[in-house]
Amino acid sequence: MNIVVSGTLKEYPEGLSVSRLIEAENIETPMYVSVSVNDEFVKSGELDSTVLRGGDVVEFLYFMGGGRR
Amino acid sequence: MAFSNEQLERYSRHIILKEIGVKGQKRLSEGRVLIIGAGGLGAPAALYLAAAGIGVIGIADADAVDLSNLQRQVIHSTPDIGRLKVESAREKMEAINPEITVKAEPVFADSDNILDLISGYDFVIDGTDSFPAKFLINDACVIAKKPFSHAGIIRFRGQLMTCVPQEGPCYRCVFPAPPPPDAVPTCRQAGVIGAMGGVIGSLQAMEAVKFLTGAGQLLTGSMLTYDALSMEFRKIRIKARDGCEVCGKNPSITKPAGGAAPVCEGIAL
Repeated sequence: MNIVVSGTLKEYPEGLSVSRLIEAENIETPMYVSVSVNDEFVKSGELDSTVLRGGDVVEFLYFMGGGRR
Repeated sequence: MAFSNEQLERYSRHIILKEIGVKGQKRLSEGRVLIIGAGGLGAPAALYLAAAGIGVIGIADADAVDLSNLQRQVIHSTPDIGRLKVESAREKMEAINPEITVKAEPVFADSDNILDLISGYDFVIDGTDSFPAKFLINDACVIAKKPFSHAGIIRFRGQLMTCVPQEGPCYRCVFPAPPPPDAVPTCRQAGVIGAMGGVIGSLQAMEAVKFLTGAGQLLTGSMLTYDALSMEFRKIRIKARDGCEVCGKNPSITKPAGGAAPVCEGIAL
């Protein structure tokens, strides 16, 4: 199936969960990334159970500090 | 208030813009913006807002200028090392534009002073570096219904969003709680390219100017991310969460909390 990950069209096998996608995309801080699927945030307890479907649009949002010091 | 010939000349490149004009410039000179953090993000924001003729600019930070700041905090100079950042910043801002009022606040924002700090300002710029501070500013601004610009920078990346309380999502809609200390890298640990503060801090100043003048669309409901290595900007849509702890329908956070706020064990939405 084709899904859009961070703006890029990618091919992944059917049945892929969000947590599998986090692994496959080598997310640097997998515990602390916020994930949205089709503009809806996925609850942390539902990363395993949320299965992606063809055409889904996935975004990762990262904590970023920085600035003052 | 009518502008003098000198003011008309100083702001001529603003006034000629149809989105600003004399009316917009007047709004800027009557505007009040608070910048929290006089560092990588706050430095360019403070310089541009001073130059833009924002009537009152508050700048809050209790830190002193350190040699390691100068690679990116362009409002401070080598002779300023050891001086209070807010004093160093005020001097530069007043030198650029003696017409504005700069209020130097030599304090760190905390749960006791944040509501007083932000009161009386139209718009707040979060230029802080720590997650507890970013959550504190978010919560206080949502509670006080104060529009603000959030931003973060690290390595070659930066991001920002504008929150107008009751009109769009807040920072906590994206990240329900701060990460535990050292769970995500900081600039001190991971580094940051100096110009990143210039890019993102200038965009924060841009949002303040747009908010005050009403020009264009604000970055509400989106996170703008910038990757300097791939040279890509992306605008990621963000929706307000009904269950948001501070801006949701039944908020559990009703006053700004101090450093003892619970941190997230993974993102618990």
